[in-house]
Amino acid sequence: MAKKKAERFDQSPAAPAPAPLTIRPVRRGDLEAVIAIDTQVTGLEKRDYWRSVYRRYGESAAPGAQFLVAESAGEVVGFIIGEVRDWEFGAPPCGWVFAIDVRPDARQSGIGTRLLESILAGFRRAGVRKVRTMLASDNTLILSFFRSQGMMAGRFIPLEMDLDE
Amino acid sequence: MKLQRNSLLALYSLVEFAADPTRHISAAEIAQKYDVSPHHLAKVLAELARAGIVQSVRGVGGGYRFAANARRLTLLDVISRFEDVGDGTTAGNGRTPADRALSLVLGEIDEMTKATLKSITIATLLRLMQRQSDSAAAAR
Repeated sequence: MAKKKAERFDQSPAAPAPAPLTIRPVRRGDLEAVIAIDTQVTGLEKRDYWRSVYRRYGESAAPGAQFLVAESAGEVVGFIIGEVRDWEFGAPPCGWVFAIDVRPDARQSGIGTRLLESILAGFRRAGVRKVRTMLASDNTLILSFFRSQGMMAGRFIPLEMDLDE
Repeated sequence: MKLQRNSLLALYSLVEFAADPTRHISAAEIAQKYDVSPHHLAKVLAELARAGIVQSVRGVGGGYRFAANARRLTLLDVISRFEDVGDGTTAGNGRTPADRALSLVLGEIDEMTKATLKSITIATLLRLMQRQSDSAAAAR
């Protein structure tokens, strides 16, 4: 039997009772909070990127596009973004979730689950019956979140290559 | 991939413990339920206790209880305590161009295996079990 260095897998302390949570479409005033959460989580501020995402999914979103935020005690504590994509890779229209994040200090209280439920409800209203996402294989936290929500490996395999100079 | 016996015994035990973290369960009870050797299971439980994943409870009604966070403990955390998971598969002796090319491909499979095992927590495994039971019941 392999004896490996002991690691700790302790039970987390019980999370404090969360303030009431609202899931709603993003507003311009939320953008700073969204940028701050992404910067905190990824360590890289992408202000221009988030402005273009807001223009595309926030203000005059095409049908099927959704940019939702979770608000608790007047603060944005998480967000999720997705859209319906038609016949991409030859697949019938399906919902794509391409961004989700919850402020680290607000995690483990069900906010990600509520965000996902809301966007899935939107996809259902848009008439699709399948949802997909893709993320880095070392992004364990978000991968295990999607897994916990019932997502399984799909029938697509991502491929990539480096381009010569 | 085929799980080795110790990994399987550890996972059987952990789904029992995690299903009710307050409950103390004896090795004998788990051994009986899964029809496995109590002696062998005792060694596996001792390893899980050393890792802090379960805690032994002394006295009457003793046994073990779950001591981890089921939403954070992954299949890879558990299995890698009992066997090497996708660690440096090399084709042949790795010296010929064919070996090196094959090792590259086998390495891709290893990475996918690890990523998959790392993405499934014990809590997710419990949900999958529930879903399997539900669909089996619906099929009847």
